[in-house]
Amino acid sequence: MNVEHRERTGEGAARLGFADCDIHPKVRRLEDLRPYLSERWWRHYLTYGPRVRHGFAKGTPYPKAAPLACRRDAWPADGGEPGSSLELMREQLIDAYGLEFGVLNPLSPTGQGYQDADFSAAMASATNDWQLDHWVTPEPRLRASLVVPYEDAEAAKAEIEKRAGDRRFAHVLLLSRTAEPLGKRRYWPIFAAAEAAGLPVGIHVFGYSGWAMTNGGWPSFYIEEMTEHSASTQALVTSLIFEGVFERFPALKVVLIEAGFAWLPALGWRLDRIWARMRDEIPHVTCPPSQTIRERLWVTTQPMEEPERKKDLIDIVEWIGADRILFSSDYPHWDFDNPALAIPPSLGPAVREKIMRGNARALYGIA
Amino acid sequence: MNLEAAIDCDIHPTTGGVGPLLPYLDDYWHETVLARGIDSLDSISYPPYAPLTARPDWRNADGRAATDVGRLRSDILDPTGTAIAICNCLFGVQLVFDEYMAAAFARALNAWIAAEWLDRDPRLRASIVVPMQNVEAAVEEIERWAPDRRFVQVLVLAMGEVPLGRRSYWPIYETAERHKLPIGVHAGSSYRHPVTSIGWPSYYAEDYAAQAPAFQGQLASLITAGVFARFPGLRVVLIESGVTWLPAFMWRFAKFWRGLRTEVPWVDRSPPEIIREHVRLTVQPFDAPHDPAIVCRLIEQIGCDEILLYASDYPHWQFDGAPGLPPGLTDGQMRKICRDNALSTYPRLQEAADECRAS
Repeated sequence: MNVEHRERTGEGAARLGFADCDIHPKVRRLEDLRPYLSERWWRHYLTYGPRVRHGFAKGTPYPKAAPLACRRDAWPADGGEPGSSLELMREQLIDAYGLEFGVLNPLSPTGQGYQDADFSAAMASATNDWQLDHWVTPEPRLRASLVVPYEDAEAAKAEIEKRAGDRRFAHVLLLSRTAEPLGKRRYWPIFAAAEAAGLPVGIHVFGYSGWAMTNGGWPSFYIEEMTEHSASTQALVTSLIFEGVFERFPALKVVLIEAGFAWLPALGWRLDRIWARMRDEIPHVTCPPSQTIRERLWVTTQPMEEPERKKDLIDIVEWIGADRILFSSDYPHWDFDNPALAIPPSLGPAVREKIMRGNARALYGIA
Repeated sequence: MNLEAAIDCDIHPTTGGVGPLLPYLDDYWHETVLARGIDSLDSISYPPYAPLTARPDWRNADGRAATDVGRLRSDILDPTGTAIAICNCLFGVQLVFDEYMAAAFARALNAWIAAEWLDRDPRLRASIVVPMQNVEAAVEEIERWAPDRRFVQVLVLAMGEVPLGRRSYWPIYETAERHKLPIGVHAGSSYRHPVTSIGWPSYYAEDYAAQAPAFQGQLASLITAGVFARFPGLRVVLIESGVTWLPAFMWRFAKFWRGLRTEVPWVDRSPPEIIREHVRLTVQPFDAPHDPAIVCRLIEQIGCDEILLYASDYPHWQFDGAPGLPPGLTDGQMRKICRDNALSTYPRLQEAADECRAS
């Protein structure tokens, strides 16, 4: 998983022409954001720092397996953090494998989930300007995420409306562990604005809800947290469906990012049974959940489940639908998936082509 | 389907209030219940009148179900020809905040199960309900009932205060292993946390959906904490958990174990291996479409034919008509699920079967 970068593996790799739906850019230094922040918020950042819903002033509740959860060969020579150098990103990902287009999903510091709503909004907006200036303008193969302060849906809506129509943004970006289940009405202005702007909503794992990371209490280990992300994502999908979000917003499309995907069919089957039994409680849900999942959700591949038997993965892809799966590398993180190797040939060339490029083109409207 | 000689690993006798427990509480707690007006400890995990909680034709005139052994016989045991059924009582002992009160109710509940159910039908077995609020009291409760071989399991809920792998719980596992009692983890919550890691949902439908992720979290906890390395004889039975999430969970967990195992070096085998050896699941609900081809592929993905146990989940409304198993199973798989796997999971059931054969 923690691969060492090797020199370009040959012309074939460079001609992949793939789409990467999960790339993590990072600020080279905090000052990169300063031009986009008011003096008040710049000073606020320096004084109080980002306050999210966990206890550590710096870092994460569960120490990562590698510094910043990054590939050890992805640290730029200029001293910045992995993901902060466009040059190195080109060398290790964009040019190395022939990226056709990639979606940037900045994770931190981006203002998402900050306790202070105004600071959260200021940081999200700054992050959006920074993505355009530092990444998308110099490298048009990259698309930005429209980062929003999702705990304050009205502010998030305003940020979406401000950027609506700017095709440099691929989707609205949320993190998975929100303060309340994502289908709750307090978040609906986000879905309304995304739908109106014609943008999918991408939901990347992480963020901090402030609640225990499992419904049976706080886990002890990072490996539990990593395993848990699929559970939080199951909960948010359940919430979106049973709250009737997809009925209310018929054009809404949702992309689940870095949550794995093999769990999705089983969730749909379970929700179908529960929906059938408790329809009187949720009469606003008119479509069988598995059908909603099939039609309205997309998933990215990394970290892809790896069954012991290859044919099991073929079953899963068939059950989800080969047209709903998007390749992602997760560059520059430690569990990076190599675009040339990650999608097993056993899926067949047509399915591979869809996952590596076709589905992302269709979803994001890339010609 | 013929369930002759089947072992039903999940039925739910219901007290229908606190009243039936009064004779089994000591004077202090008896008086407390009356003086403080404690009339119900029903859990919102199974709202008494919600459709899932009891099948309509199994409800009595008061709308409750499974409140007496006569109905249990006529509703499920006799028509199916079930040989043995394990009573898992879901009375809300684990929700109580006063740990002394929890211990008192657990003790009364187990006494009630023994006297009102086990004594009245030789086909019945039961799980020991323990107050997880206090590990010492939980151990004491296991020790109290372990000599009665009709208690075949220790029962805990899928969502408690801290994950089940935590070392504070290990005396419970030591005691259970010593008495050859598997730990049954049943759907349900003590509601110390919201039922999702992203807060309280709006609907009961979401609460029930959240049970499956709860089991995933508990398996991750039990395995990463090293419970099975420390207690190699321990079995854990996931009850009413749904089944079809298991393969994807095992693949995901195995992948992260390969990448992150240095964090938990005592986990010296891939999690799926540990799960297949130590963990069992009841098949009601199964959570798959009624499609034999899909069920067949799911069973293959689980990769072990020892792991599933038959359960009706009576009186929960999981099915209409006769209880069934997922479609497409072979006769051999059916036999294992309906009987053999339960005998190998529950040593005390095997003992009884051996004695029966000897006499």
